[in-house]
Amino acid sequence: MSPVFLILLALGLGLAGWLAGRARAWSFLRASEEKRVVARPTYHAWYVALWVGIPLLLFAVIWATFSPALILQSVLASSAAEALPQFGFQRDAILAEAKAVALGNATSVFNPAAAELVEPFRDAITRYNIMGGGLALAMSLITGIWSYTRLNPQFTARVRVERAVMAILLLASLVAILTTFGILASLIFETIRFFGMVSPIDFLFGTHWNPDPMANPEAPQGDRYGAIPLFWGTIFIGAIIAMIVAIPLGLMSAIYLTQYASPTWRRWLKPALEILAGVPTVVYGYFAALTVAPFIRDLALSLGISNASSESALAAGLVMGVMIIPFVSSMADDSIAAVPQAMRDGSLAMGATKSETIKRVLVPAALPGIVAGVMLAISRAIGETMIVVMAASTAANLTANPLEAMTTVTVQIVAQLTGEGSFDHPATLSAFALGLVLFMVTLALNFFALRVVKRFREAYE
Amino acid sequence: MNNTAPSPDAEKRKAAFEKRLAERYSAEKRFKFLGLAAITFSVMVLVVLLGNMLYNGVAGFQRDELRVTVNLAESGISGDSNTLALPNAVQSLELQGLPDVVSFAAEQSLGAEGAQQISAEGWREVADRVIANPALLSEETTFWLAASGDLAQGVNGEGSPEIQQLAEQLQANGHLESNFDFGFLTRSDATDPQQVGIWGALKGSILTMIVTLLLAFPIGVLAALYLEEYAPKNRWTDVLEVSINNLAAVPSIIFGLLGLAVFLWMFPNFRSAPIIGGMTLALMTMPVIVISGRNAIKAVPPSIRDGALAVGASPVQVVFHHVLPLALPGILTGTIIGMARALGETAPLLMIGMRAFVATPPDGFTSPATVLPVQIFLWSDEIDRGFIERTSAAIIVLLLFLLLMNGLAIYLRNKFEKSW
Repeated sequence: MSPVFLILLALGLGLAGWLAGRARAWSFLRASEEKRVVARPTYHAWYVALWVGIPLLLFAVIWATFSPALILQSVLASSAAEALPQFGFQRDAILAEAKAVALGNATSVFNPAAAELVEPFRDAITRYNIMGGGLALAMSLITGIWSYTRLNPQFTARVRVERAVMAILLLASLVAILTTFGILASLIFETIRFFGMVSPIDFLFGTHWNPDPMANPEAPQGDRYGAIPLFWGTIFIGAIIAMIVAIPLGLMSAIYLTQYASPTWRRWLKPALEILAGVPTVVYGYFAALTVAPFIRDLALSLGISNASSESALAAGLVMGVMIIPFVSSMADDSIAAVPQAMRDGSLAMGATKSETIKRVLVPAALPGIVAGVMLAISRAIGETMIVVMAASTAANLTANPLEAMTTVTVQIVAQLTGEGSFDHPATLSAFALGLVLFMVTLALNFFALRVVKRFREAYE
Repeated sequence: MNNTAPSPDAEKRKAAFEKRLAERYSAEKRFKFLGLAAITFSVMVLVVLLGNMLYNGVAGFQRDELRVTVNLAESGISGDSNTLALPNAVQSLELQGLPDVVSFAAEQSLGAEGAQQISAEGWREVADRVIANPALLSEETTFWLAASGDLAQGVNGEGSPEIQQLAEQLQANGHLESNFDFGFLTRSDATDPQQVGIWGALKGSILTMIVTLLLAFPIGVLAALYLEEYAPKNRWTDVLEVSINNLAAVPSIIFGLLGLAVFLWMFPNFRSAPIIGGMTLALMTMPVIVISGRNAIKAVPPSIRDGALAVGASPVQVVFHHVLPLALPGILTGTIIGMARALGETAPLLMIGMRAFVATPPDGFTSPATVLPVQIFLWSDEIDRGFIERTSAAIIVLLLFLLLMNGLAIYLRNKFEKSW
């Protein structure tokens, strides 16, 4: 039984239960003379509907997980399966082909061995579909009737329905923890496998990055997985070049917008910055690769720098900096606005000019917020993928020359996982180790930024 | 007091003071100018970026087409509206010799050299037109068929001198024109820039966004309600809160790794399907919805809750009957902004295999698909120059969608914004 069908069944039966429960509750209301019924009919209705729908949905999930294995088992038990080869791969291919035909996803089989298996598959699927549908129907009928019989004028349906609602709310908020856990589990699990092949020391402190996805995975070449050039490239592009662009421009934009610009101008300039923030990163990447990088190369060549590369760290960093400007500017905007008006008035009353007030009073007072904003901006820049994938190169290069090609952690994650390598190869797994490092670093930056902001808030309250 | 003639000392002091003041004022002016320069730079970059895309993209909506007059009435190709409605109509036209008829007609209209420059798939466009309108089979019709990539380069002044000359000659005869290409909005990916379209990617994007919305919106709103209205203040809810805030700051590519390691492990058959992409993006969008939802819920004044509680509503009724309806516009605004971010997201989808070449629009949530930003990324890697214009055109479409979504969010915010 397809999960979609089971879900629709759950909704349909739930609606039936809802109507039945409601009708019953109304009959209580009419029957009781003093009109004393503990809960409104709607709650009786929801009570029955929840008892019909939720077990059915749970069943759908469990059935969808286990029925393929049951179907496979019954096919393997049939006489036609005896002719199957013993090899794992070939056997799986034949089974998959027969199943696709039986399900109607494919029209005919290529492998004659699979033709025999189509009928057993079709039989098993029909059998288990009927079984699953029957079980689901029976279960929701039983739970529905049971909940229906519990209804009476004194039944506290509202309390029970609200308890269920609270459980659903709690479940929804657990998704965040589950996601965090899923991220950590998947990254750590694959990283451990990677470190089983390549030593963590080689990975963290090696200076040569050149994984070979075609190499024999049995003989890992630890000296090819030194990630220092990637870390350097990430820091150079994201935390140095991009920040040299983003911090002064973002800060000055925020100062001009909040302190100098007339309201009319602000009404136009602020949305312009917001548009800049809303442009997808793939568009920035295309802009960097198509326009900025060639421009920088030509400029460098005309200045007499002959070895300028068309994929330079500078192009990626500059465009990334532009992308971060609105982010820095809005963080700085917020923290400058949080400085009490009295401090500004005091400074101006002493005869300081506007710029002196800003430089000597506002910015120092807002500095913790600005620093936190810069930390968040860095964490964003080092996690940024598309700009560097499109404008930086994949060649690891440990250099301080911004005109040279350089690669970053995110570029290598994409490069290693979109290649041809298998999932058991250290080159593929190295992406997860890089992902773990990236995750840890961005988390640490965010954590410190939040700490700084917290301390800053206490100063004025 | 001697105030008639200032002492030379005071004179000097005054001069120094004035000089200092002038300096301070010019420093003030410089500072203000720097601020203006900073914001002007940002706006300039935006203008250059958008201008660049528009400049290249306008050409991307056009296509170089050759005029071919085909007399289908004399071609001997038969078919009526019933047979042409069958799914194998294109095949049947091919078997009846339509490709040859088209290339013969092309030779008649364009000469031998020109006929070679009809795109190899050109007859399919004739077939599509015939299927749409079988009456064409009984008359002589002029078709504008896509020119080959070589000729398109010739039109742009590239390629070999011969092809440039041919392009000039055909243009002079009125056989070659750059026309607005409606097909760009209705076709899918292809290997030839003259034949590509964005409908496949757009449909993939729409399907992916539907999955994302269906998952992220209910979960995000319910989680926001729980955290803001019911959650007790203890270590457990602190963990919840910290993990949501952290998720909002995790780089998007990490979500791609999660999707790859968990979702594709669970559902290996749905590689590059919108359902997996939507699930991955939903995890990314959910924290954004939770955070904006909490702010919207916080903005509902406590007096409303107190009022409802005072007339005997239960805590659940207070929230679902009073708080949620009032907070909904704010939550929707946050959701649209989160969805706009998800719509432009590329990196996590590359991780889960949505970078494959998909030449047919996806039929459902489980069939292989690509999305608009990934399509842009894939085209940006193509060497053929024709793809540059096509990529910019696709970017314009993507930006239009984002503008539309953000406009809707701003409209909602202005329409429903309340001050209590």
